[in-house]
Amino acid sequence: MRKRTVNALGVALATSLTAALPTLAQAETVKVGMITTLSGGGSGLGIDVRDGFLLAITGSDDIELIIEDDQRKPDVAVQIADKMIQSDKVDVLTGIIFSNLAMAVVPAAVNQGKFYLSPNAGPSALAGKGCHENYFNVAWQNDNLHEAAGGYANSAGHANSFILAPNYPAGKDALTGYKRYYTGKLAGELYTKLGQTDYAAEIAQIRASDADSVYFFLPGGMGISFMKQWSQSGIELPVIGPAFSFDQGILSAVGDAALGVRNTSQWSKDLDNEANRKFVADFQAQYGRLPSLYASQGYDTGKLLLSAMSKASVNDADAFRTALEAADFASTRGSFAFDSSHHPIQDIYVREVVREGDVLTNTIVSRALEQHSNVYAAECAM
Amino acid sequence: MSAGLVAEQLLNGLQFGVMLFLMSAGLTLVFGVMGLINLAHGSLYMVGAYAAALVAGWTGSFWAGLAASLMAAAIAGALVEMVVLRRLYRRDHLDQVLATFALILMFSEGTRWLFGAFPLYLNVPASLSGTVLLPMGIVYSKYRLAIIVCGMAVALGLFILIGRTRLGVRIRAGQSDRQMIAALGVDIATLYTVVFALGAALAGLAGALVGAIQSVEVGMGEPVLILAFVVIVIGGIGSIKGALVGAILVGMTDTMGRFLLPVMFKNFMDGATASSVGSALASMLIYIVMATVLIFRPSGLYGKPA
Repeated sequence: MRKRTVNALGVALATSLTAALPTLAQAETVKVGMITTLSGGGSGLGIDVRDGFLLAITGSDDIELIIEDDQRKPDVAVQIADKMIQSDKVDVLTGIIFSNLAMAVVPAAVNQGKFYLSPNAGPSALAGKGCHENYFNVAWQNDNLHEAAGGYANSAGHANSFILAPNYPAGKDALTGYKRYYTGKLAGELYTKLGQTDYAAEIAQIRASDADSVYFFLPGGMGISFMKQWSQSGIELPVIGPAFSFDQGILSAVGDAALGVRNTSQWSKDLDNEANRKFVADFQAQYGRLPSLYASQGYDTGKLLLSAMSKASVNDADAFRTALEAADFASTRGSFAFDSSHHPIQDIYVREVVREGDVLTNTIVSRALEQHSNVYAAECAM
Repeated sequence: MSAGLVAEQLLNGLQFGVMLFLMSAGLTLVFGVMGLINLAHGSLYMVGAYAAALVAGWTGSFWAGLAASLMAAAIAGALVEMVVLRRLYRRDHLDQVLATFALILMFSEGTRWLFGAFPLYLNVPASLSGTVLLPMGIVYSKYRLAIIVCGMAVALGLFILIGRTRLGVRIRAGQSDRQMIAALGVDIATLYTVVFALGAALAGLAGALVGAIQSVEVGMGEPVLILAFVVIVIGGIGSIKGALVGAILVGMTDTMGRFLLPVMFKNFMDGATASSVGSALASMLIYIVMATVLIFRPSGLYGKPA
């Protein structure tokens, strides 16, 4: 179990990217280590981040990419990071999906002078007091999408929400984020077991309450289970969730039960800007499936890296950092900038699950939060 | 809190218990008859769910998927028994744990390799979709009710099979003295394969039934496997009756704990803390029950004293 598994596809792609292209004298290669989840539960997320990132850097001959699978285990992620830093001598690390793994890897890596570009996890511990000049989050601070959902619930006229999330740090952040913006009453607040797959007991309590809406944060298989059981329960209350439970990778598994659900996201397939149109078309052409928000985050991470590389040498850390801070790239999200704590300032949208032909996907309904940063930014002394 | 809500939660507990019974019946049979610890039982549950999702996807019929889940899991079980496990009966339990743990990894990564990392779709059949109105004003999911009925029917079938048929006599004989029944001319190798395939088919059935209301994905079997082990330890290893009683006890304890503990804590703390503490304690509750049972009955409720 402790043996590191090198993803064959990733390595093949990485070597073809570097080996096929002659190293030009003036081009200086940047070594990038990608640690992400490619096997077991949660691997769909890592695969999308990886594919989005690879798509973004296609055609660039200056990146040497090493990809390894963290198996969603913090100890494995730490071993890989040590190896990448000490023996592979990478300049930039990226790829981690889950917040607990990010907490195990990121602080040590940035303190050794490496840059870390997060394509997903944005724990609050790395956002405020724990911020670091070499840590950049290209996705969101963990609370963001939940805050947007709380704001949306107000505007949709919900005044008595029933909220639930798994009993672990990100679950508590989620409900805290929701309550930070939501102004109505709570019909109930439940913490479920992490990894729980049967929600009969929770659904019965929602039925017995006088709630007018339900907000849930149940990532991955938990959300699929909840939505399927919810649709069998015959309760007809509006459901709101963050994009994680209604994204492209899992919609097909939820099926029609998801139709019409409103969810909050910083990205959607139908965002109307040139970078996004190109990304969606290229992703489909390359991989034969619709991109997810994770893929868009991986793609933006790749584009951010390329933009910094075109301005400064990675060996000049201060110049490279300034180049990253400028975020001078065409994001799939349209407007994108970093705040003082290196987290995104971006719009967050409300999407609705719709059927297009025979696939389920999302379409933007409204904008929930405009140019949104995060509440911890002010605590960051950088 | 109305009486209707409590009754509905009791039904939920029963349904969860019945599902656990399908899972643990096979596990306890295999352990009881062959003395084999099979960690890969959860993988057979996953095989059943995947087979059901694929066949239901191709044919559009949930029932064809259900039949496929039984067959696929039984075939996978029989193959595993003949190719790998047969060599392990005389070995130490630790060797068995190691080998069957390797099987989990092979099943998981093999499934991911064949069918991808994204969860598959499997939905309840239209005829069982929606709710029924039960006495006391309980609105209950038809499908969950069907799981209860199906699980009870399987339990009855197993009691008849073990208690009333020739195969059952052989299984019970194998449990008490395997050398003796081999000496009496029973083909013990075939008997073991049949028992293992039967246990696998039950796990596959549980996977397919549950897959329709949960997520069909790689690694779905492992959390259930742990609960199934708790069930057979409480019930007494090798006893089908113990598995049934243990499963319903665990199902009830878990569901009612999740429901009642947060309500109880709300009397003396604020909502969010009560829910968090209640939920944490509820997830420990079945292990507390297991420990308590083991203090008074070290070999489980219906186990034979070691």
